[in-house]
Amino acid sequence: MMELIGGIITFLGAIFLFLGSLGILRMPDVYNRMQAGTKATTLGSILFFMGICFMESQWIGKLVLLILFIIFTNPVSSHALARAAHKAGIKLADQSVMDELAAKKGEIDD
Amino acid sequence: MRLFKQNVITFISLMFFWILLTGLDIQELIAGSVIALTLTIFFPKSSALFPEFKLSFNSMINFIMFVFVFSFELIKSNVDVALRVVHPKIPINPGIVKVKTKLKSRLGRVMLANSITLTPGTLTVETDGEDYYIHWIDVSSRDIETATRKIVAKFEKYLEVCYG
Repeated sequence: MMELIGGIITFLGAIFLFLGSLGILRMPDVYNRMQAGTKATTLGSILFFMGICFMESQWIGKLVLLILFIIFTNPVSSHALARAAHKAGIKLADQSVMDELAAKKGEIDD
Repeated sequence: MRLFKQNVITFISLMFFWILLTGLDIQELIAGSVIALTLTIFFPKSSALFPEFKLSFNSMINFIMFVFVFSFELIKSNVDVALRVVHPKIPINPGIVKVKTKLKSRLGRVMLANSITLTPGTLTVETDGEDYYIHWIDVSSRDIETATRKIVAKFEKYLEVCYG
């Protein structure tokens, strides 16, 4: 029974991971890709580890630790990538409506 | 006295992580406590894990509330992004908006930026003091106050009690 529950949760996680990678393929620019790549992979990995918790109950401590590290580090790394992309001057996609950060940088340059 | 309390917290959190990693074996516990004690004694300042967290009943309650709100938002954001990805037209309306936070402590700001990144359609691109520049996948308002209310406020009220 536990195996079945764990399998279902792990499968859900795999679906989110798949959708995340699909998002990286389909989104128009780097920032939107980061959006898909961050959120879907965070929940996907968390569900994955939770599923393994159900299947192998003696690993719970380590898996909880892994989940904590993923929650803390995943957004930080994607923030660093997005920030670096913006500093490197990568433009937003054409359908973007506004860019306050570029406006702020413009003020500094003047 | 304050430093002592901080050291005790550092020691307990180090031991907590150690036990999560190795389990409750007596030899592992002895080795872990020796190392944790050494780290706590020789690096008292740099190893403080949560120096700005206020330890009180009220902040604990708020932190638990924050975890619940955060988990709910995380699931919502995943479903949201997943739906946008599988939609044939990819309905996005992206842009970078600026919001302001009331939080003062560094750890509180980090937590807020991380939570914003993991919630529906928002990604923290740059922080500058109290200003956050956020990539929003579906910009619904261009002015600072409305964007702040929509993105920041739901986490800020809990984090403000915990970290100030």
